[in-house]
Amino acid sequence: MTRAQQRKIEGGIALTLSTLAAFLGLFWLVFILGDVLVHGIKALNLSLFLSDPAPPGMEGGGLKNAFIGQLLITLFATMIGVPVGVLGGTFLAEYARGRKIARIISVLADIMVSVPSIVIGTFIYAILVRPMGHFSGWAGSVALSIIMIPVVLRTTEDMLSLVPWTLREAAFALGAPYYKVITQVVYRGAATGILTGILLSIARVAGETAPLLFTSFNNSFFSTDMKGPMSSLTVTIFQYAMGPYEDWHAQAWAAAFVITVFILFLTITGRLIIKWRYK
Amino acid sequence: MLPLLKKNPVDLVFSSITAIASFSVILFIIGILYVLISESSLAIGKFGVIKFLTSTDWDPVKESFGALTNIYGTVVTTFLSLVLAIPVAIGIAIFVTEISPNFLKGPIGAAIELLAAIPSIIYGMWGLFTLSPIMSAYIEPFLKKITANIPFVSILFQGTPMGIDILTASVILSIMIIPFTASIARDSFNLTPAVVKESAYAIGATKWEVIKNVVIPYSKLGVFGGIVLSLGRALGETMAVAFVLGNNHRITTSLLDAAATITVTLANEFAEADNDVYLSSLFYLALVLFVMSFITLAIAKFFLLKAERKYSR
Repeated sequence: MTRAQQRKIEGGIALTLSTLAAFLGLFWLVFILGDVLVHGIKALNLSLFLSDPAPPGMEGGGLKNAFIGQLLITLFATMIGVPVGVLGGTFLAEYARGRKIARIISVLADIMVSVPSIVIGTFIYAILVRPMGHFSGWAGSVALSIIMIPVVLRTTEDMLSLVPWTLREAAFALGAPYYKVITQVVYRGAATGILTGILLSIARVAGETAPLLFTSFNNSFFSTDMKGPMSSLTVTIFQYAMGPYEDWHAQAWAAAFVITVFILFLTITGRLIIKWRYK
Repeated sequence: MLPLLKKNPVDLVFSSITAIASFSVILFIIGILYVLISESSLAIGKFGVIKFLTSTDWDPVKESFGALTNIYGTVVTTFLSLVLAIPVAIGIAIFVTEISPNFLKGPIGAAIELLAAIPSIIYGMWGLFTLSPIMSAYIEPFLKKITANIPFVSILFQGTPMGIDILTASVILSIMIIPFTASIARDSFNLTPAVVKESAYAIGATKWEVIKNVVIPYSKLGVFGGIVLSLGRALGETMAVAFVLGNNHRITTSLLDAAATITVTLANEFAEADNDVYLSSLFYLALVLFVMSFITLAIAKFFLLKAERKYSR
């Protein structure tokens, strides 16, 4: 065998292995999604959304409490996390643009994005749950918002930096103060991007389980009281999947199906907007 | 630098509000560190630092706690998942940037990103109901059989294949971190200037030689940063492993045994801790995890920034 043939064969093997790796990645996606879809659709029915859980071991019942709880917790987390994140990103991209402090906060926010979410759960337990004396929906919302803030902050910073500086200069030249330039020119230019960042950050926190385990905890009854323990889909999935009843497992699959579809919908929408707007 | 700043009172108020909002990130980090240290002070006083980190005790009844079994579980599952994930992730990145026809680039890239968007609880549940039975029925007995006569390696596969063990947890974890590593590696590969690659082709290099000798050396900083970032994520992953690791506070040599990671211990025991020393020890564990992952992520960020500076020159 000549040297040239040897090199060709070596290259062929390496490239084949890479191709196989890519299809292995694709295989896992299809496998996991397919499994969730098949099991989830089988267990999906109307009473899942309309009725509360039956006592353990009994047939029937639904997860209305968990759906409502998840919505409330995520909604309030968004209401806390989005303003703080957007304003914080504004500071980094506008008032502190190019300064050392902006770089430091930006790096720290990037690190915060990946900090173990369960640690944030223990933090909120210590500062909110124990002083209040009981688990609460608010504690869950605050825990999720702490995960959300760095995500929104970084995307806002990036999106505002994409708005051309000359646009701001044009507004300055008309005598507008900086806050007006930001709210009326820069925000408008970056609105789509910021909105996409918010969508993706909601997708990120909607699937979080670990920080809710000891903040909002769980509640087998219907409750809209944010001051008390509150059920969420993710914690319910954890409890039901680990539980001994077949009926629970089926409902856990159904809940997993709903949450996966919701999150993938948000993610795909976000990606499409980015592709369409920032090509 | 900014001509109109501070001239207008509304501007002053608005800029202060945005400043406070952005400083919340620093506040959270300092707050988490402070709260975790003060909450674990009872356990720090009782067990010290070195003794806590090296003790294998985990006995709520005798109130004697040590972190070593948890750290061991965390390190072993993380290491194993990286070993499984890195080759696949690099392969995906090579395929998407260099091999794939253009019409496949988009869909495969999107699919990898969707894999990253699936919440970890879904991975965990899928692992428990689907992967774990497959592992215990086919893959683990097979591994046991082929390694049975190899000295030392066979120690790794001792015991009954139950599917609830370190190996299954590592496989799930590796599926979870493949997308992170792959997308950063892909972005780094893409930054290799076409001119450099074309020069290599011009002197007769094959495609694989270009990848091996030009693309990978050129982008190694970014790829390395991506790997360390995935390491940081894997250290703190909770729900994907909580389902399939069991909760076993022992140091085992077999990958077919149940174990415990810091995150799994926290998830299973935190809400049930019934005395002060127990709870304080759990906060201590959380502190160890926070410090471990923070340092890892900071190193990752350092390499990624360094890579960014190199490419932007």
